[in-house]
Amino acid sequence: MGLEILVCIKQVPHPDHFSEIRLDVGSGRIIRAGIPAIINPLDRNALEEGLRVKGRFSGRVTVISMGPPQAQKALEEALAMGADRGILLCDVAFAGADTLATANTLFYAIRKLGKFDVIYCGNETVDSGTAQVGPQLAELLDIPQVSGVQEVTFGDEKTLEVRRALEHGYMKVRLKLPALLCVTRDINRPRLPTVQSIMEVAQKEMIIWKAKDIEAPPESVGLKGSPTCAAGVYEHESGRRREIMQGSTEEKVQKAVARLKELGAI
Amino acid sequence: MSNSGEIWVIGEQRRGRLEEVSLELLSKGMALSQRMGVTLSAVLLGDEVGEAARELVFHGAEKVYLLEHARLRYYQSEAYARLLAGVIKEREPQIILIGATEIGKELAPRVAAKLRTGLTAHCIDLYVGEVDATPQLIHVVPGWGGNLVMHIICPQRRPEVITVKPGVLPKAVRAEKRKGKIIRVKPDVRDKDFSRIETVEVVKEPPKGKSLESADVVVCGGWGMNALGGFSKVQGLADILGGVVAGTRPAMDKGWVEEARMIGQSGKTVSPELFVSLGASGAMHYTTGFMGSKVVLAVDRNPQAPIFQMADIGIVGDLREVLPCLIEELKKERMPRKS
Ligand SMILES: Cc1cc2nc3c(=O)[nH]c(=O)nc-3n(C[C@H](O)[C@H](O)[C@H](O)COP(=O)(O)OP(=O)(O)OC[C@H]3O[C@@H](n4cnc5c(N)ncnc54)[C@H](O)[C@@H]3O)c2cc1C
Ligand SMILES: Nc1ncnc2c1ncn2[C@@H]1O[C@H](COP(=O)(O)O)[C@@H](O)[C@H]1O
Repeated sequence: MGLEILVCIKQVPHPDHFSEIRLDVGSGRIIRAGIPAIINPLDRNALEEGLRVKGRFSGRVTVISMGPPQAQKALEEALAMGADRGILLCDVAFAGADTLATANTLFYAIRKLGKFDVIYCGNETVDSGTAQVGPQLAELLDIPQVSGVQEVTFGDEKTLEVRRALEHGYMKVRLKLPALLCVTRDINRPRLPTVQSIMEVAQKEMIIWKAKDIEAPPESVGLKGSPTCAAGVYEHESGRRREIMQGSTEEKVQKAVARLKELGAI
Repeated sequence: MSNSGEIWVIGEQRRGRLEEVSLELLSKGMALSQRMGVTLSAVLLGDEVGEAARELVFHGAEKVYLLEHARLRYYQSEAYARLLAGVIKEREPQIILIGATEIGKELAPRVAAKLRTGLTAHCIDLYVGEVDATPQLIHVVPGWGGNLVMHIICPQRRPEVITVKPGVLPKAVRAEKRKGKIIRVKPDVRDKDFSRIETVEVVKEPPKGKSLESADVVVCGGWGMNALGGFSKVQGLADILGGVVAGTRPAMDKGWVEEARMIGQSGKTVSPELFVSLGASGAMHYTTGFMGSKVVLAVDRNPQAPIFQMADIGIVGDLREVLPCLIEELKKERMPRKS
C-alpha cells in the first residue's frame, strides 16, 4: 500500500537578489517583480526526505504550495525531482495571508485531499523566516510535529525517532505517524532532477485549486483570515555615531584605529 | 489595548535553569505592564522548578503560574502546548511573550494556532503606540531594503502572541526584595499527551571552538569578501584582535562560515565590545544580530550602504586595500616595535 507523503513548498525570491527587494511602504508587502524565484532551499530538503521515505516504504509523494500562478514552476521542479503530483492553491482570496491564514489554506486543501501519513515542511523560509507555518498546520490537523529536524530514523512504517536541534545540543523525540516534520539543511542533500525525471513531468498530475474548490471559509484565509497585519514601514534609528573616516586608505585606517582606541574598543 | 488582561511571559527552563531570554522578556514585560497598568505574570512548566519560579519573581514577575509534574521534566511538545493553551483560556491574558529559542519557535505557533490567534515572529522591540487613533501593541520586526523596520499589529484577536529573539532585549535587573505570588496550577497531565510524541533524551553539546556569544570581539564578513576569495583575511583580523569569526547569510551559503556562526535574524545575536563588519551591506535582517554591540566598525566600498547607518566608525573603501592595511596597522598596535 505504501505511505501517503505530503511536502509543503513555497516559492521564494532568490537570496542572491535580496538586495534588490524593496518594501511597499503602504502595504508592507515586498515588491519582487523581476526577481528570479526558486523553491525555498529547506523545502528541497523536505522533498528529498519525502522521496527517500517513498523509496524505502513505497507510496506517493504529493507536493503542495499556496502562491501566485508562477508558483506552478516550483511545483513542476518538484515533480522533476521525483514527486508524483502537484497541488497549487492559487486565488486572490489567499493574498495577504499571515502564517495562520497560510496554515488554514493548506489545512483545507489537505482535508480535501484525504489522509497523509507524513507531512514534510522546511523548518523556515528564506523570505519570511518565521518557522511558524509547519507547527501551525500540524496543530490545525491535530497531529504531532517536530521542528529543527536533523535526522530521522524509522523503526517500522509507523514509528520514528528524530533528532532535533537545540541551542548547544539536541533532543531525541519519538513519535507515531501521522506526523509533520520541519527539516533543517543537515538532514540530507537534495537530489537534482535527471533527464528522465524531467521528461516525466508532463505526464504527472497538476491540480490548481481556488478557495471554493477547497471549501475554505472566506474569513479563514488571505487577509481576512490573518489576525496580524502590517502597520507601516519605518526607518530604524540606530543611535550610532556614524563617523566616516576621510583621507587616503592609510589615513582612514589610522584614524579608525585611533578612534577605536579612544572608545576603548581595542 | 485594554487595562484588564495580564501580560504573560512564558518562562523557559532547561534542567531547572531559566534561559536568559526569559529574563529579557521580563524587562520588556515590566515596561509594558507599567505603561498599560496591568499585571505582569510568568508561566513556568517543569518538574521541581520552584527555584526558577522564584527567579522569575526576582526579575519582575508579579505572579508566577507554576505547573509542576514529573512528566514535564523535559519539554514535551503536546503536553506543554495543551497545558499552556489551557491556562491561557482560563485566565485570559492579553499579551503573551515567548523567547524565540529552538523550543519557543515550536511551542509558540502550536499554542497560537490552538487559540486561533495572531503570532508575530522574532520581534526586536515592542511598545504601545497609536494606529489609526487606537492604542495598539506595536511589534517591531526587521524589514527589507536597508535599515528599515516593519510594524506589525494584531488588532482584534486576543491574546496576541509574540516571539522575541534571544539576546536582543536587555535582561531584567534581579532584586531579591521583589515580591510576587507563586500560584500553583495542578497540571492535568494525561497519558494521551505522550502517546503520539515523547521527548526521550536531551543532550548538551559544548560549542566547537570559541563561543560566539561570549566573545569580546566579533569580526563578521559578508558577500564582499568574495573580492578576496574568501575568509582567510577575516580570520587574520580576528586573530589580531583576539576575536571570533562570523558571517552574513551569503557568507554562510558560500561555505565560508558554518551555520552556527551566522549573525542575524535567522542566526545568532551578539553584543561584543567590538563588532567589525566587512563587506556586508547592512540589511536589517543582519544588523539586528549585533545591535547591542558597544562599538561597531564597518568597512564597505559602497558609501550608500545602510551598514554605515549602523556603525560608529565607517571606512568607505575596497577591502582588498583596506583590510591588509588595517591588519598591518593593528599589528603595530599589538606588537610594540623592538628598539
Ligand atoms: C526573513 C529573513 C531573514 C534573514 N536573516 C538573515 C540573517 O540572519 N543573517 C544575514 O546575514 N542575512 C539574513 N537575511 C538576508 C539579508 O536580508 C541580506 O540579504 C544579507 O544580510 C546580505 O548579506 P551581505 O551584506 O553579506 O551581502 P550583500 O547585500 O550582497 O552585500 C555585500 C556588500 O559587500 C560590498 N562589497 C563588495 N565587494 C567589495 C569590496 N571589494 N570591498 C568592499 N566592499 C565590497 C558591497 O558594496 C555590499 O555592500 C535574511 C533575510 C530575510 C528575508
Ligand atoms: N505558501 C506556502 N505554501 C506551501 N507551504 C508553505 C507556504 N509557506 C510556508 N510553507 C511551509 O512552511 C515552512 C515554514 O515557512 P515559514 O513559516 O514561512 O518560515 C516552509 O518551509 C514550507 O514548507
